[in-house]
Parts: sequence; C-alpha cells; structure tokens
Amino acid sequence: MAVFQKTDSSATDAALAYYTPGADIHDTKAPRGPIEKKWAQRQFGAKLVNPANRRKLTVIIVGTGLAGGAAAATLGEAGYNVLNFCYQDSPRRAHSIAAQGGINAAKNYRNDNDSVYRLFYDTVKGGDYRARETNVYRLAEVSTNIIDQCVAQGVPFAREYGGLLDTRSFGGVQVQRTFYARGQTGQQLLIGAYQALERQVNAGTVTMYTRHEMVELIVKDGKSRGIITRDMVTGEIKPWFADAVVLATGGYGNVFFLSTNAMGCNNTAAWRAYRKGAYFGNPCFTQIHPTCIPVHGETQSKLTLMSESLRNDGRIWVPKKAEDCVKDPRQIPEEDRDYYLERIYPSFGNLVPRDIASRQAKNMCDEGRGVGPEVTEVTQDGTTQQRRRGVYLDFSDAIGRLGKKSVETKYGNLFDMYAQITGENPYETPMRIYPAVHYTMGGLWVDYDLQSSIQGLYVCGEANFSDHGANRLGASALMQGLADGYFVLPNTINDYLASGPYETIDENTPEAAEALASAKARVEKLLAVKGSRSVDSFHKELGAIMWEYCGMERTEAGLQTAIAKIRELREEFWRDVRVTGVNEDFNQALERAGRVVDFMELAELMCIDALHRRESCGGHFRRESQTEDGEALRHDDEFAYVAAWEFGGDGAKPILHKEPLSYEFIELKQRSYK
Amino acid sequence: MKITLKVWRQANKGSAGSMQTYQLDDVSEDMSFLEMLDMLNEQLTSKNEEPVAFDNDCREGICGMCGVVINGSAHGRYESPVATTTCQLHMRNFSDGDVIEVEPWRAAAFPVIKDLVVDRSALDRIVQAGGYISVNTGSAPEAHSVPAPKRLADRAFDNAVCVGCGACVAACPNGSGMLFTSAKIAHLANLPQGQPERMLRVKAMIAAHDANGFGGCQNIGECAAVCPKQIPLESISALNRDLIHSLFKGDGKTV
Repeated sequence: MAVFQKTDSSATDAALAYYTPGADIHDTKAPRGPIEKKWAQRQFGAKLVNPANRRKLTVIIVGTGLAGGAAAATLGEAGYNVLNFCYQDSPRRAHSIAAQGGINAAKNYRNDNDSVYRLFYDTVKGGDYRARETNVYRLAEVSTNIIDQCVAQGVPFAREYGGLLDTRSFGGVQVQRTFYARGQTGQQLLIGAYQALERQVNAGTVTMYTRHEMVELIVKDGKSRGIITRDMVTGEIKPWFADAVVLATGGYGNVFFLSTNAMGCNNTAAWRAYRKGAYFGNPCFTQIHPTCIPVHGETQSKLTLMSESLRNDGRIWVPKKAEDCVKDPRQIPEEDRDYYLERIYPSFGNLVPRDIASRQAKNMCDEGRGVGPEVTEVTQDGTTQQRRRGVYLDFSDAIGRLGKKSVETKYGNLFDMYAQITGENPYETPMRIYPAVHYTMGGLWVDYDLQSSIQGLYVCGEANFSDHGANRLGASALMQGLADGYFVLPNTINDYLASGPYETIDENTPEAAEALASAKARVEKLLAVKGSRSVDSFHKELGAIMWEYCGMERTEAGLQTAIAKIRELREEFWRDVRVTGVNEDFNQALERAGRVVDFMELAELMCIDALHRRESCGGHFRRESQTEDGEALRHDDEFAYVAAWEFGGDGAKPILHKEPLSYEFIELKQRSYK
Repeated sequence: MKITLKVWRQANKGSAGSMQTYQLDDVSEDMSFLEMLDMLNEQLTSKNEEPVAFDNDCREGICGMCGVVINGSAHGRYESPVATTTCQLHMRNFSDGDVIEVEPWRAAAFPVIKDLVVDRSALDRIVQAGGYISVNTGSAPEAHSVPAPKRLADRAFDNAVCVGCGACVAACPNGSGMLFTSAKIAHLANLPQGQPERMLRVKAMIAAHDANGFGGCQNIGECAAVCPKQIPLESISALNRDLIHSLFKGDGKTV
C-alpha cells in the first residue's frame, strides 16, 4: 500500500468558492534544537515576573474545567490577580467532570517499554500525523508531573494492594499507561483542581464569578484586554479588564445538537474571539466516540458515553445475517456472529482507535446489520428510510473468563448507568452501542506558548486546536487539559505579562464601549424577532444537518449541500426564532439562543474546512479519499498542514492560513492497526 | 403516556411562588425526567409562555447541577428503584395518568433564584474554608513516594464520589449540609496526603457550614437515603469523631 498518494491534480478545489487563500504561518515560536530540550529552553527563555509585581497584573480566565481550573489555581498560587468565570453555578461542574476512563502518563510503572517518547509517538500517530510535533512532545513530557500533582492533592486514583497506583490500557495503544479512578476519572481530577482553585479563592488571589457567560472579547491595539459577560441571574451585561485573557471554554461538539457534551457546553467565547481576529484551527476535526448509548427517539436531548475502557473486555459484534438483527442476541449462535473489529484488525481487535471503531460501526449499520430499534432517517437524496443504529458490546466472554464479580468491580458503575438509561441488564444481554459526537480536536489556533493569533489571548484545553491532530487517543483529553492548565500556560504567559501592566482601559475606551454595545445589541435583536419557532427546534435542525453531512463520512457534494442548508437555516432563525422573556432575568431561552447563533456560524466554517481538506485523516473521512479496503487515505503532499481560519467579516469569505507540519522526529506513515 | 405536572413557579428570589398545573400527552417511557421537562418547555414556548427554569448540565448524573424535589423526595428518590440524580430518573418509573409534583430544593442555605433553580454557592464556601490539601502546583513529590493502603483509598473514594448536588440539604428537615461536608472530610481524611491539615480542616469546614445558614444534624438519615451517590451516614460519624478529636488539638488556634 502506498504511504500516501498524490491528489488528483485535475480535481479543482470546490471549496475555493467559499474561502480566500491567505499567507502561510511559518513560525510557531517553538525553540530550535533537539525535541527533548525544547521545553526546558522555552522555560529558560521566557521572561519572568518578579513575585512582588504579580498582584499588579490581572488575568481573566474563562472556564473552570481541568484546563481553566488548573490554570486559575496555579496563576493564583503564583500571585497574579485572577478573575475566573464559569456559566455553571459552581466551578466543580465543568464538563471535564464527565470523563470516565482515565488519564495517560508516561510513568512506565508497568515496565512495559513505555516512555515519554512512546507517548509522544503514539499521540502523533493516533492523531493521524496532523498534530504539531513540538507541542505533543511537551505534552508527553509533563504528563508524569500531572500524576504526581494530582496524587498530592488527594485524587483517589485506583490502587493495588501494595498501595501503589494501578494502570490499564486504553484504545489505540499497546502499553498500560492509563491511570484511572473507577469510571469517573474526570470528576476526581476536576475535584482536585477545584479544591486547589477554592483554596486560592479563600486566599484572595482568585475571584470566582459563577453563572456568568462570556459574550464578547475586548481587543485594543491588537491586544486582548478583557471580556464582556452576561450575568445569567440578573441579565447584567458588563465589561471586565485584564492584562491577559485565557479561554479554557471546552469544545464545540454541541454544534451537532446531540453529543456527549453537557447541555450548556458552547462555542460562544471561542467564536467571539474568532470574530475579533483569533484564528480557528482545523474546525472540521471532530471525534465521534464509538461506545455511546444509541438514540431512543425524537425527544432525545443528549447522548451518554460508555467508557472506552469497556472495549478492553467487551467484544463488539453484529449478526452476520441481516435477518438475525431482530432476534434476541443470546439466541444467535457463535458462528452467526461477526466480531468485525477482530476480523478486520486482528492485531488491535476491539482496541482500534476511536475513529476506526466508529466508522466500522456505521458501515455495519449501513449494510443493514445494525441492531436495536429502527429509527427513521432522511437520506441525502431526500428519501426516508428505516435503519437500526446499534452494534452489540458483549461481556459474556469476559464474565465467563473473569467471573461476574470481577467484571462488576471493573465496570459496575458503567453497567448500572446503562441499565438505568435503557432499562436493560447488561450482565444478561449484550449492551447496544453506537457512535456519537464526543470531542472536538479543532479549536482556536495557538502557538507553542498557547497564545492565539491575538496578543495576550491564550487558549487552553479542548478549546485550542490542540495536540491531538485529526483524532484524539483515549485518556488524552484529561492529560492535555491538566498539562495546559498546571504546567504549560503558567510557564509561558509570564513572558507576555512581564511587559505589563498594560495601559489602563475602562468602559469609556472606544474598543470596550463598542464590545459592550454590540453584546447588548445582539441580545436585543434576539428578543425582538418574536417569531414562531423555539430555539431548540433550530438547534436540532442544525444538528441533523451536521450529523448527516459533516459527521462520520463527508463528501464534496454533501458539504456543499450542508453549507446551503445552514445558510437557509440561519436566515430563517433571524426571521422566525421565538425567544421568550426579557434580558433582565434568569432566561435560559435567551442563553441558548445566543449560543445557537454562534453554532450556526461555526457550522458553516466546519463544512468549508471539511470541504477544502480533500483527504481523509483521523476523524475526518472523505468518501473520495480512501484506500482499496476502505481505510482513510491521507494526502501528505498537499494537506500536511494545520488549517488556521481567519474571520473575513460578516458575509465575506473566511481566509485560510496554512501552518505546514514538518515531521523532524517521526516518520509519516499510513496508519495501520491490522 | 399522559402526565399531569404540578410545577413550582416563582419569578425571582423576592416574589411569592405557587404550584401551576400542566398537562403532557405524549410522554414516552424512554425519556428522562428532564427530557419530559424539555417537552413541557417546548409546549409552553409554542403558547408564548415562559418556560420553566431548571438547572441541569451533563445529564449523565455526574456534574451535580440538576436537582428538584419530585413527589416530595429529592431527585425523585422514592420514584426510582435505585439511587439517582434527577437527570438519570427515567419516565419508565411513572405510569400513564400520574400526577407529578415538582419543586425546587427547599433550604435556608439555598435561596430560590427562579422556578426550580436555587443558589447553592454556600456549598462552595464550605470547601473554600478548608476542603483541600495545600499543595502548590509543581511542588508535589513523586506519586509512588507515598503508598496509600487500598482499603483506605477505597474508603476515600466512596466519599469522593459526592457530586455536590445538595439533595442531602434539601431532604433534611433541618436543612443541614452535614452529609456533604462529611463526604469532603472523609475523602481527604482517609488519604495519607490529607493528614497534615486533618484537624484544621474539620474545624474550619464545620465553622463555615454553620456560618452559611445550614441547620444542625440530628442523625435523621434522610440525607443518606436520597443521596444519588450513596454517601453513607457513617461519614457523619467519622466527621464527628474528627471534630471532637480536633478540639484537643492546637490546630487552628491563633497564637
């Protein structure tokens, strides 16, 4: 098989009708030299701020998840004046809390050939060679410090009887480097960060503003100088000023309406920054997680993930014969079952990376071998069809081999959750699972320092375009959030703050006054439409378009259709949306309306990005670009770059800046998990 | 199925509230309780009425943001065969024709913001008083330098699962936050890393608990009965043991 193929040069880039090419980005500010020395060099080279001067410098941090909470606590400890905002009623509720499986770290406690270099290598390979080497190496490097920090904070990781930490393997890798805390590693890590944060609130270095949503960014003379928030209880819209702003606002999976994200997860803060000049990196790179509970019906409001760790012991299958799909799975004999991942990928089996496991589940269901209830679907040619959207995740072998009690110890809480949601008992009948939108690798573009293309605007965690390339490995999101928040940002932002305090600004400064006025005007405009359709009905329709055309499989014609549909929907929204109530109140319809406005604009950019990237890589699968046996086919000659999009103005085309990815240390290969 | 809902509506903290009755006709048993409320809100929006405000976020039973009193029990505990958060309660636990009463958490420490939404920031203030281990980023020793016995680590975990929803406070006739506070205490007190500040922590957190308007604990046990994460009542005993012990220690005294 060819490592990569040249793209067909006769094919024209259909996306050119939707974007304007811009200048390439050649400097990401990583120091030169051997990869293992770069981070130490950067730490040494960054300008320092005298401890006595730190309290004169204000840093705004939006978000209190692993990245935001860790950054706020750490910068507070350092002595900066930190203002921390979240839309929830408590910083402990940020959606990092829902991560189940674990956190990777190159500790090599298992003596199984793990190392910083191997974690680096696995992450770049898992990301299908679309991540930046320098950042990923640093991530692997600081991963070991994260475990130390969390243990010291009292995070109750799983332990062996000898009192030392237990680890397990996770999708896409062959070493046991994943630390975990039963099925709720995210909550336990977040409580650790939250406790550190509340300690700083008590110490007076961090001021916490809950139920505040960022609705605009203030930029003056090319520098990020503050934000506008809406107080979600009183409706007050007001400005806040700082020397630097950090966005740690999570991902944008809710653009699909149905996702494993929390109901409130949104892209507004990042989108407002994009509109003010921050580049958006690789927006089409979304991760569809293979093991989620299937949709139950039209009133479904969100999807629930079952930890990928289940794939360690569960076996995934569908019936060989379509007519068996309606049978009780226990009545289907072994020889009539197709353990398709074990069949297609004998060396990785059920542990193939997420993008591959997801797409194969879709393929099985497309072939008519899905299981579970039939759901009505509208196909791309406009016809309606009935399809079963589910595959079995079967634990009967594991229960036979390990005993029910052992399986219960490992996965009991996940089984309980499944039983509670579906009303079925997974100890007796196989679970049904189907892929769902889970994580977004794309996000605001940042350099080696995590600084965006706006000076003084830093982006951490899932909100940045991240270290995961075109596909994220399991248990790496928690690692990245905490790496950014505890160890990276606090060692780079000082380089910028050292030139501060920056000139004083207030609400009379024209740039701040303009930001405030535009935020207020947007709210008034939403309330003034007084149409007939609810905000949620628009959001659902947007999600259906994105799932169909910009989900697990994308095509040129489909994406063009999607862009047209999104534009129509946006026009209808501003003509016919109904937002009840007033601004000066606790108004959830208004909150959602503001988010949906930004999702609709983002959705279009995602489709343009997906359209312009005429290759398959990681979670981005273009039907036109596949190998003979249906695997993703990259085109490294043309697309080995980060697509960084610049806002071109309302109604104008976005501008594409390419950051070429050069692989100095890792050789590009076609991924193979066979 | 058809459901009759009686929902507490209250415009804001200062105004008087009342129960309002609504009818829903097409409730499916696979819906979650909150999806049923979404359905009500879509119906209200179509009639140009204001939707019912209620807190929720992850809808996976882990963030602790949701929580209402359903037919008199926090999170509808007595409607469900298993411990649950409101978001994980499903309509298959109800029957066609049921009348369901929905109210906000009611406790002195949790003022109502609107409808079913309350202000639970008092819980954060208890944690601020000492619910942490004082370790700055970067100063941690190697993770394996201090082994933690599995039995104690598991007990710490059994308490660390608290999601901070406040159901314990809402269920308590005294509006006490003792189960929440004891979960935080027992989480950290069972780990070697939590020992240096153990006595100081319990004193400070109990003082903050009392200062924030929570009532006293009389070991009634309603808190543990409704707790979605099944924090045991014994955690309160463990807290009391530490609290009494702390009175004979100098930790926290001003010198």
